[in-house]
Amino acid sequence: MSSKNEQDWPLWEIFIQSKRGLDHKHVGSLHAADAQMAVENARDVYTRRNEGNSIWAVRATDIHASRPEDQGAFFDPADDKVYRHPTFYPMPEGVKYI
Amino acid sequence: MPADQQETLFQQKVDAEQKIEPRDWMPEGYRKNLVRQISQHAHSEIVGMLPEGNWITRAPSLRRKTILLAKVQDEAGHGLYLYSAAETLGTGRDEMVDQLLRGTAKYSSIFNYPTLTWADIGAVGWLVDGAAIMNQVMLCRTSYGPYARAMVRICKEESFHQRQGYDILVTLSKGTPEQKAMAQDALDRWWWPSLMMFGPSDKDSPHSAQSLKWKIKRQSNDELRQIFIDRTVSQAEYLGLQIPDPKLKWNEATQHYDWGEIDWTEFNEVIRGNGPCNAERLAARQKAHADGAWVREAALAYAAKKGERNAA
Repeated sequence: MSSKNEQDWPLWEIFIQSKRGLDHKHVGSLHAADAQMAVENARDVYTRRNEGNSIWAVRATDIHASRPEDQGAFFDPADDKVYRHPTFYPMPEGVKYI
Repeated sequence: MPADQQETLFQQKVDAEQKIEPRDWMPEGYRKNLVRQISQHAHSEIVGMLPEGNWITRAPSLRRKTILLAKVQDEAGHGLYLYSAAETLGTGRDEMVDQLLRGTAKYSSIFNYPTLTWADIGAVGWLVDGAAIMNQVMLCRTSYGPYARAMVRICKEESFHQRQGYDILVTLSKGTPEQKAMAQDALDRWWWPSLMMFGPSDKDSPHSAQSLKWKIKRQSNDELRQIFIDRTVSQAEYLGLQIPDPKLKWNEATQHYDWGEIDWTEFNEVIRGNGPCNAERLAARQKAHADGAWVREAALAYAAKKGERNAA
């Protein structure tokens, strides 16, 4: 049984690239004593059926996230800039390849 | 924002089928309910390795042995996906493991039954994993994002488990009369406990209504149990085996099977810790954890030493 003073292995977030050319995608987390163990355990936990081509392991404490409660204000600046989308610009009839 | 307003927004999100993510506001009850359910589910995967591990060294062929090894390894993986999902709710892995080892956390009562013969490994895959899949397919649509994603991963792997179990029983039921009798005996012992896996009847299920409202669960215990029975009967017929329920009968009007009555006294006894293997299962987990203590410590010491060397 784990005693109170027994230190836990730190938590790592795992990202897997399933195929060359694709993004690494978050798949979950695991505990490991160091980075090498994190990558090896990630292989055994998350790629038992060839799901992986590459693995990233990141200490969970090193991840900084935006705050969901600020979501509205935080992403607001992108909301009113319709001119960033190509559909904002009607093309004259007859113009091609654009 | 006041809490009742938060709660209304939360329920609106759930009703609109938007997933709840770890850092979102959620009612305390939702969080508690999820930690309880996900950690119980994780413990079930971990304890579930024990009845099957019992047969790894005695599998009848090398082929069956490698398959069973892979399956048991999957169960460990499923436990880890689930602990990982539960941890996003702010409860540490050590705390959950501690609850299991102290005997204060529950796990699926099915794993307190013994695997007496090789045919039991077939029955566990076919019926126990079959029943688990019903629940897990539903949970792929659960409202909590990390839980749903873990379930999608698990479901992809789980149908191999059910098929390998059925495959064992196909072989046995086409074998000698002794082998077929062994398969029938396994079905006789595992049928009712498998039906109990869906939990108490809806009218007696304390957490059900709230879980359905929060969309943690999407279908009730009794609904899932009925679908499982409807699907499994023809699979038993193919094997030429008899489901041990004299009241089992197709009902043309409801388009479902009618069936007998679960022995809820047995169910409650096993949950209370008085099943055939409760003590043995807990002891096995405690021993594994104690025996592994030096490995956990050594790995940490090694990581610390390497860290110092890199810093120097």
